[in-house]
Amino acid sequence: MSETLQLPRAARAFVSFVALLRTNGFAIAPEQTTAFLEAIALLGPRDPEDIRQAGLATLAPPPERRAAYDLLFKIHFLGGEEILRDDGEDEEVVRLQEEGRGDEAAPLADEINESGEMAVRAEALAERRFGPDRPSDALRRLAREAPDRLPRRRGHRRMRARRGPWADLRRTLRESVRNDGEVMRLRRLKRRARPRKMLLLIDVSGSMKARSEDNLRLAHALLHATPNVEVFTFGTRLTRVTRALRLKRREQAFTAAAHLVSDWDGGTRIGDALQAFLAVPRFGGYARGAVVVVLSDGLERGDLSALRDAVVKLSRRAWRLSWLTPLATGSSFVPQTEALIAVRPFVDDMVDGGSSAAVVAHVLSLGQRSAA
Amino acid sequence: MSVRGTIGGIDSPEALEKALRAAYYLADEGIATAAYLALALGKPLLLEGAPGVGKTEAAKAIAAILGRRLIRLQCYEGIDASAALYEWNYPRQMLAIRQAGDETIDVYGEAFLIERPMLAALRAPDSTVLLIDEIDRSDQEFEAFLLEFLSDFQISIPERGTVRAAERPVVVLTSNRTRDLHEALRRRCVYHWIDYPTAEREASIIMMRASSVAEATARAVVAAIGKLRREPLSKAPGVAEAVDWAEAATLLHNGGARWPDAFKRSIGVALKDEEDLAFISPRLDALIAEAAA
Repeated sequence: MSETLQLPRAARAFVSFVALLRTNGFAIAPEQTTAFLEAIALLGPRDPEDIRQAGLATLAPPPERRAAYDLLFKIHFLGGEEILRDDGEDEEVVRLQEEGRGDEAAPLADEINESGEMAVRAEALAERRFGPDRPSDALRRLAREAPDRLPRRRGHRRMRARRGPWADLRRTLRESVRNDGEVMRLRRLKRRARPRKMLLLIDVSGSMKARSEDNLRLAHALLHATPNVEVFTFGTRLTRVTRALRLKRREQAFTAAAHLVSDWDGGTRIGDALQAFLAVPRFGGYARGAVVVVLSDGLERGDLSALRDAVVKLSRRAWRLSWLTPLATGSSFVPQTEALIAVRPFVDDMVDGGSSAAVVAHVLSLGQRSAA
Repeated sequence: MSVRGTIGGIDSPEALEKALRAAYYLADEGIATAAYLALALGKPLLLEGAPGVGKTEAAKAIAAILGRRLIRLQCYEGIDASAALYEWNYPRQMLAIRQAGDETIDVYGEAFLIERPMLAALRAPDSTVLLIDEIDRSDQEFEAFLLEFLSDFQISIPERGTVRAAERPVVVLTSNRTRDLHEALRRRCVYHWIDYPTAEREASIIMMRASSVAEATARAVVAAIGKLRREPLSKAPGVAEAVDWAEAATLLHNGGARWPDAFKRSIGVALKDEEDLAFISPRLDALIAEAAA
């Protein structure tokens, strides 16, 4: 097999670096490798910093994985000894128990008490394994009906229509050319409807243990049934799991999500979680004009005023804010817990979230509702 | 792929950085390298970053140092080929048909074609820089449409055939990252994530952009802005806001306001969200005093 092209010696280290990145989950196309090599040739490998910059520019690692990229670079080219701590998408996780915030809050009952020692982390971090895959009727219904029944909004893209506010000059002219310049009929355009953005905020704390797995399955089904869905989990941290759940195969997606979320079955700080969500501009934008669905029992251990304040802000941004709690059964639900009473006035729907069927039924009914 | 090596006499990231400095843009090493590679490899440059870190300014500066005209295409939801590429002048076509009588005319001739930014850049690739601004505001259809343009630098007009660029045009794309861009788009570009500048660099930027601002003022503003960026605000102040704040405070000071007061009264140019202002106002005095120290 002497026909195979041999890589020049100097290029090998760079190509193997790309391979190393790939095995660590960076998606890099062959053309990017080519560009990387060309870039190094252009810059002349004068110093490692140039190579690092060339890689950043041509291999385009996403900004939230910059740290992982830098570490791999160090290991590969500078012979660093560090072990790669795979914290995946570090920018996608917001820790809620920072110093100086919420210090006065009551200690979380099911966690180690924070005794003022900085080294002790009060979060009970756990990894979760998902049970065997069992697609339920509710999820099948969601996948089938979601494209037609989820809320829509008027988009800005135009499409041809029998009647509409604009004249379709292009089509009208084309037809008139066929008729020697005679306009027989004025064609029209209207605005096309688009699926509305959706935002799912899923409580994965201990008190929601029975529901959190099913809720994530539901999020996965929804994500694949309609575009523009964002999914976050919260407990003692806020984690964006949209990317993980975007993997098509369910087992893969849940493994990735389970790995990403590290605060399964811990305490809850709903107020802080929502505040943290709103404080990251990129995240907060996901709520604007969106259908916001919070799946939580509202058993808040943190500060009630923070929760109230966050829900007020969230409802102002959202098109419609639904709070689905397993505690609500029946249509005449009156919230009993302090947290739910506090947020009730600002939530558009507070309904049953105790089973997948109930959640699916509510989500699918949103299309018939109006903005609030 | 054509590797140019030098473009407009610029043969290294350092040379580009120097040229950008002369065009009043202070680039760090990362952006200078990325921009140089984009120019040399003939690939589009994709700049991502928080609002107000100078993405659009970078494109303007690149156009300035190359001595080319900047063609800006502002993206918005629903932007389509007729706004980005070309449009026919329908009333004129209609009139021409009416007036032609028995003669034959070509209603899809050059005279009836309205050039939009992308076509204009394709037709004059050696004298323009195309800026596709805030690509994240456009919808996925437009992103997909861009893919063809950015890989082959050609577009097809059904009535006239394919228009191909004589050489690779210089294209800069910017995104505020309000949504994730498609991987395929990132792949076709040279990518750079613009972060907030270091305090040192930001102070230099302020003094370069606003010549009336004293160095002490610039440093105080940078320190205060740095503190604000660490707060959980819904809209953190960018570099543009820092420049504005320094300028506004200087203006108030020249009008007779005392120093900490001048900063405080002009906070409105740095923080433009009512909720953010309400959140920060109880601690504003302390924050400014600390920054000015």
